Amino acid sequence: MEKELLRIEHLKKGYGTNDVINDLSLTVRKGEVIVVIGPSGCGKSTLLRCVNALEDIQGGQILLDGEPVRKNAPNISRMREKIGMVFQSYDLFPHRTILDNITLAPMKVQKRKKAEVEQEALELLDRVGLKDRKDDYPRQLSGGQKQRVAIVRALCMHPEILLLDEITAALDPEMVREVLDVVLSLAKAGSTMMIVTHEMAFAKAIADRVIFLENGQIVEESSDPKAFFERPETERARQFLHTFDYESD
Amino acid sequence: MQSLGIDVLLRGTNFLRLLSGLWVAVRISLISVAISIAFGIVMGMLMTSKNRILQVIFRIYLEIVRIMPQMVLLFIVYFGTTRVFGWNLSSEKAAVIVFSFWGTAEMGDLVRGALISIPKIQYESARALGMKEKDVYLYVILPQTIRRMIPLSINLITRMIKTTSLVMMIGMVEVLKVGQQIIEANRRTSPNAAFGVFAVVFILYFLICWPISRLSVWLEKRWA
Repeated sequence: MEKELLRIEHLKKGYGTNDVINDLSLTVRKGEVIVVIGPSGCGKSTLLRCVNALEDIQGGQILLDGEPVRKNAPNISRMREKIGMVFQSYDLFPHRTILDNITLAPMKVQKRKKAEVEQEALELLDRVGLKDRKDDYPRQLSGGQKQRVAIVRALCMHPEILLLDEITAALDPEMVREVLDVVLSLAKAGSTMMIVTHEMAFAKAIADRVIFLENGQIVEESSDPKAFFERPETERARQFLHTFDYESD
Repeated sequence: MQSLGIDVLLRGTNFLRLLSGLWVAVRISLISVAISIAFGIVMGMLMTSKNRILQVIFRIYLEIVRIMPQMVLLFIVYFGTTRVFGWNLSSEKAAVIVFSFWGTAEMGDLVRGALISIPKIQYESARALGMKEKDVYLYVILPQTIRRMIPLSINLITRMIKTTSLVMMIGMVEVLKVGQQIIEANRRTSPNAAFGVFAVVFILYFLICWPISRLSVWLEKRWA
């Protein structure tokens, strides 16, 4: 077994009296790919946002390498360097070229040398098939291309864990594949990831572990994604998965 | 056709005097615009803060500036403060104070508008990359804000340049006042001078403002 990387203990998150995440505990080992699924509003995006401390939490704690991750804590920028995140909406910086988007944080945050960062950025861009677009601006790219750049931008920081928050949800169907292929290749290369997605076939293919979330709690957890998607143990998960099937009864 | 009366400007140093009047107008505008931009950025950032008291104060300030005619502000600052506070302001200082007071309010509102138009995800994705708040603003938010602001602030700058024509009411001799003086002085010999001189004044304002608004169009295209 690989060593434990991320530990979420009794996480509580709510807005006012409305609990979004309720006493959720989860550990992620190095190299593991966790896929979080569930109906909308179940708290899966909020979970990822808490892990990156974009949200403050009301209880419990999140530990990365044993160090707490908490919004407004003095160490938060240093912790976020180790946590890569890609969002649903295209979040590239519109005033910077593709290459500058990728190299900005490694140069300003990690104080790495420009030449070295650019070389790595170009290698990564080449891997996602976008090396020739390095001098373009984000507005000149399609949605799928922008998401691939966003993934590269996160990777260039050498994160220990990558959080992908419904990264294909805003894409046209024919662009979903090109993005998911990149994520699949990352999983093969051993990246640790937490993925929130509505693409069930993709979830089945990539997950080491599936978490089914509802009302901010883990309803079902399975280390055998194939079995989970064919024969979920809980009735609620069965109902949920059924909504993705279009076969006639 | 009668003479257009432009010939008076060729007499003596008349045209040079007109140009030096133009420089007075431009100087007041430049100083006021520089002050307005500096204070306006700070004010705009403060206006986006969640502090209710600050918000109310800036709201009132902005409304005062919008409601009051600039001429009334000039009169209050130049004539009003002399007796009440014992300030002996030169007309140029009074003009710069009024124009900066006005420009800061409007610039602040432009900065505020531009700042809140930047999507939240821009802040979040910058933070997610490990950037500290200072870097988030310096490299991600402010460059985008400035791009959105420039066309609108150029509009404000040209309005300020045009409005400097009011400062002759507090005794400053700027381009329009010089024009009047030339016309008055030559009333007997060139009774048509009013047309020619004011036409030239018009052209001078145009030559200052037109390149500035072209610049805004160019920047807007470049950064679209």
